[in-house]
Amino acid sequence: MVGIVVVSHSFALAREVAALTRVLAPVPAPIAATGGAADGSAGADIDRVRDAVRSVDQGDGVVLLADLGSSVLTARLLVEELGDPSVVLADAPLVEGAVAASVMAGAGAPLAEVLAAAEGARAGKL
Amino acid sequence: MDTRFFAAWLEECARVVHERREYLTRLDAAIGDADHGNNLDRGFTGIRQALAENPPKTPGSLLALAGTTLVRKVGGASGPLYGSALRQMGKALGDAETVGLKELAGALETGLQTVRRLGGAEVGDKTMVDALAPACVALRRAVEEGVKPQEALSRAADAADKGAKDTVSMQARKGRASYLGPRSIGHQDPGATSTALILAALRDVALAWAESGAAEP
Repeated sequence: MVGIVVVSHSFALAREVAALTRVLAPVPAPIAATGGAADGSAGADIDRVRDAVRSVDQGDGVVLLADLGSSVLTARLLVEELGDPSVVLADAPLVEGAVAASVMAGAGAPLAEVLAAAEGARAGKL
Repeated sequence: MDTRFFAAWLEECARVVHERREYLTRLDAAIGDADHGNNLDRGFTGIRQALAENPPKTPGSLLALAGTTLVRKVGGASGPLYGSALRQMGKALGDAETVGLKELAGALETGLQTVRRLGGAEVGDKTMVDALAPACVALRRAVEEGVKPQEALSRAADAADKGAKDTVSMQARKGRASYLGPRSIGHQDPGATSTALILAALRDVALAWAESGAAEP
């Protein structure tokens, strides 16, 4: 299954988003939550995100969801560093994207479909 | 310019950023989340530590280590942005033991491209790019004119300073300040300000080097 990594400024937020996907997805996908800078303040920790990616990588690829600002920059930088086309950052809202990705990944969809689901999650809210 | 020169630059950056941390934080409080001063202070303190633990042997490896330290230790936007800029600058300098002004100008331009690519900001978005881009232009022109390094780096620092001041009237299109939209107008961007301080530090080290009669940077 495609793995999912949630990157937030807040670990509590990331953890709860991950928990929500397990509730809402019929079959949950491997998902890891990361949040907070190395010293515990709000922000991102690239080493933790790297570890998270490794922890959910079952060989079918990984989709990252990030909240805003430095989470996005950190995720983008890590994806560049890894240089692995099967590890991608979704241009998606955090909660909706994570849920959509989890549903698709849990259904056994390949990376491209999981990514598309995450990025399509922005549409049709109201 | 050798490893000692660049180490002196980073040391001066750490000193200045520590001294001006409250000012930077105040700018960031107006249009951001009030952590820029502390983030950079922590980041450059981290750099000092990393350099002491593992003294690099070349300017390139020194800047690369500094960059990696910032990426790993600073959780705000400055970490990835300044960090990868320094890292790519280090790569651009290769493993030469001394570096000329032309190579430095090229490395700084590489830093600028890295920041623009990672953050997506362009000139006029009210970010560090508004200080760094004019500095690169000024430095490149100075290199072409063949002026001494101290003079060239002075012009770069002046251009960065002007660029930072020019951000006051801009509306932010990137970063936390962009959420404020038009309310971000009238405030100087903290990232552009810290870039100006960092380039002023480079100028000051070059001036001190020249004055002390050390081999021309």
